[in-house]
Amino acid sequence: MSVGERDPFTGHQTTGHEWNGIKELNTPVPKPVYFFLITMGVFALGWTLLMPSWPYGTGYFKGLLGVDQKQAVARSIEEATAQRASWMIRIEKEDLAQIQSDTDLMRTVREDGRTLFGDNCAACHGANARGNKGFPNIAESPMLWGDNPQTVLQTVTAGINGADPNTRVSQMLAFGRDGMLTQEQVSQLAGFVTSLSDAATITDTNKEDIAKGKDLFATNCVACHGKDAKGLVESGAPNLTDQYWIYGGSRGDIYQTIFSGRQGHMPSWGARLTPAQIKIITLYLLDLRKNEAGTTAGGAS
Amino acid sequence: MISQLTGNERVLAALTFLILLCVGVAMAAAGRDDLIGTHGWIIAVSAIAGAVALLRAYDAPEPSATRLSEYYDDPSKVGIILTLIWGVIGMLVGVWVAALLAWPELTIDAAWASFGRLRPVHTSGVIFGFGGNALIATSFHVLQRTTRARLPDQFSPWFVLFGYNLFCVLAASGYLMGITQSKEYAEPEWYADIWLVVVWVVYFSIYIRTLLRRKEPHIYVANWYYMAFILVVALLHIINNLAVPISFGHAKSYSLFSGVQDAMTQWWYGHNAVAFFLTAGFLGMMYYYLPKRAGRPIYSYRTSIISFWGITFMYMWAGSHHLHYTALPHWVQSLGMAFSVVLLVPSWASAGNALLTLNGAWHKVRDDAVLRFMMLAAIFYGLATFEGSFMAIRAVNSLSHYTDWTIGHVHAGALGWVAMITYGSLYALTPWLWKRPALYSAKLVEWHFWLALSGTVVYVFAMWNSGVIQGLMWRTYNDSGTLSYSFVDSLVAMHPYYIARAFGGLLFLSGAVIALYNIVMTIRSPVAVASESASDIPLGLEPAAPIAQAGE
Repeated sequence: MSVGERDPFTGHQTTGHEWNGIKELNTPVPKPVYFFLITMGVFALGWTLLMPSWPYGTGYFKGLLGVDQKQAVARSIEEATAQRASWMIRIEKEDLAQIQSDTDLMRTVREDGRTLFGDNCAACHGANARGNKGFPNIAESPMLWGDNPQTVLQTVTAGINGADPNTRVSQMLAFGRDGMLTQEQVSQLAGFVTSLSDAATITDTNKEDIAKGKDLFATNCVACHGKDAKGLVESGAPNLTDQYWIYGGSRGDIYQTIFSGRQGHMPSWGARLTPAQIKIITLYLLDLRKNEAGTTAGGAS
Repeated sequence: MISQLTGNERVLAALTFLILLCVGVAMAAAGRDDLIGTHGWIIAVSAIAGAVALLRAYDAPEPSATRLSEYYDDPSKVGIILTLIWGVIGMLVGVWVAALLAWPELTIDAAWASFGRLRPVHTSGVIFGFGGNALIATSFHVLQRTTRARLPDQFSPWFVLFGYNLFCVLAASGYLMGITQSKEYAEPEWYADIWLVVVWVVYFSIYIRTLLRRKEPHIYVANWYYMAFILVVALLHIINNLAVPISFGHAKSYSLFSGVQDAMTQWWYGHNAVAFFLTAGFLGMMYYYLPKRAGRPIYSYRTSIISFWGITFMYMWAGSHHLHYTALPHWVQSLGMAFSVVLLVPSWASAGNALLTLNGAWHKVRDDAVLRFMMLAAIFYGLATFEGSFMAIRAVNSLSHYTDWTIGHVHAGALGWVAMITYGSLYALTPWLWKRPALYSAKLVEWHFWLALSGTVVYVFAMWNSGVIQGLMWRTYNDSGTLSYSFVDSLVAMHPYYIARAFGGLLFLSGAVIALYNIVMTIRSPVAVASESASDIPLGLEPAAPIAQAGE
């Protein structure tokens, strides 16, 4: 090594190397570097002695503590199951009405149900269950397939137009696109359906068209939506006289629906969630609907 | 630049373009029913553009022999401009995707504009486009200055620079079209990967051939780091990208690895890409430009050695900490964690070596934003490496993994360390290379400094908060033993931080735009002065002059 010079600022020698003006001081490695290198090294070595670590030909050193991540997971799942067991067993065993009548159990249902709903249902129905365009408001509107607890449970389990063999099946035909009605007729029908929930849309100029639409309704729509257009839970057809619309309630939206048809889809949750979880979601939803109805009624009075 | 090539090099260039054209046309023909066909055309058009440029200057007189008494800096100059442009593009897309996360409805209904396609344009744009060009440009400069040897020829540096940028264009355009092999930071498909190998081998050969002709007895530490960067990135890139294409006419390929072996290979690659691309290469940059700008000797040669070997040895083992609590066997995780923890020591020794080098020059740090960029980079390097070792601890990782904390950590390193050392170095290098008395505007550098610092701080703090909140929400149980929060709840909680993150990114991007403007204006201002220093010529062609302390 060539002879260095002394750096006036630090008093250290340089190494004597120089690269385009850059020199290096021959300062010894600071003591803390060695200290931490040794302590961290000892820690790391100690860690590898305690934990599964060094591999050898056919296996690996299991570690002095005998820790294994698969066992750890299995154990914590067991513990969590045990912690939930007291109420989970009751959810599994008792029928919906029994659970509903127990305030303590319903508190748990509300707690767990909110998270389950958020993780599984909110993506379509919204965090507040009031739906989005294309997805029904299930907090307030009448349920397409009925709101009896057992019916709701069945709908969630089997789904709508889903993969389950028992799935609920429903389809609104594409009356315009498939040529069952002319564009003019679809327009007349749309006018009539709009007037069902909003009488203000009837004017002197469109009265006649709406009357024609009414006739068309009687021949084409009553089978599913009922004579009074209030929907039939047997066919999952919605009430057309209220303010709740899945695909939009403007005349244009309704025209589009009649012209191109609709076939909504809800997954068959029986294949994804446990029966207890589906029970919790059902009860949570019914509870939510009850509260929504309560607030609406309260607001009205 | 063609007129700088010798006659033989022009023939070599013509041959290269011819081969590239043939490959491009072949790809376009074989892949006419596939997206690879579009890439074939991009390659063919690049080759034609190159050939036209070559033919236009083909008959220019050969460069004079006096060129050999100067360093060859033109590739570095072009590299600097490309770095700055890629920086603006990559960071712009970064702000875009950050805004998409905060306001998802702000999108247009086109496949290319979806988050999944834009995000790799951001990551590759900043890592490979910005970072890679910065490394190539500065490595050519540092290599020549610290070996006192000119680059071995005039063709290969251009081949590396343009070949590398062709790779970057293939990568980014491929993502937008939907071509990806779904490996993070290694998304480009097989043909782009092969091309990068070719470019990389030439890059390495430039290094070796120059070092072999060096006039300095010792190899400077910056070159160790640049060499480690080139060598290890080659190793990582080749192994992680081993794949079988479904045919030569299709972009799609299948990895040679599957399942947890694939995951381990990918994160061995991924972590060492951080280690050797984003750390080792930029440490090389720091070891030259920081002491040069400060006018101080490196604090400790011995510490440089210890940290270099510590970093290169230990990083290699750390990748498995990306797979804690997964299907990866527990013993691999333990080893990854153990090495990651020890890795902190050489990392901090490097950061300390840089900061202690500034002893005796702190008044310059106060007054000179360029040097302050480099100082701050060393501090962020220390912060990010501490955080990295901390997050590699399994128990900590169980909270931080899959959360925004990881994103915050990456950006503490990428914005605070990589981008700051790059801008500091380019600000120092530009006046030297273009022989200007100073940058166009020192005030703009100040502006850039404070924008970059505040942008980084806003970004990183937002992601720390968001990440920790997210991690805690995901593991909070209520009294009945079920999760307290749904995933959507955690998204709602993150929203304000996502807005803050996009704002922080916007601040950083504005700084990058200022840098591009400032450097372009520096180049366009026509005042020429004496070169970097009296010693700025290769040794051996000039009588050895007493070496003056380098001017700035």
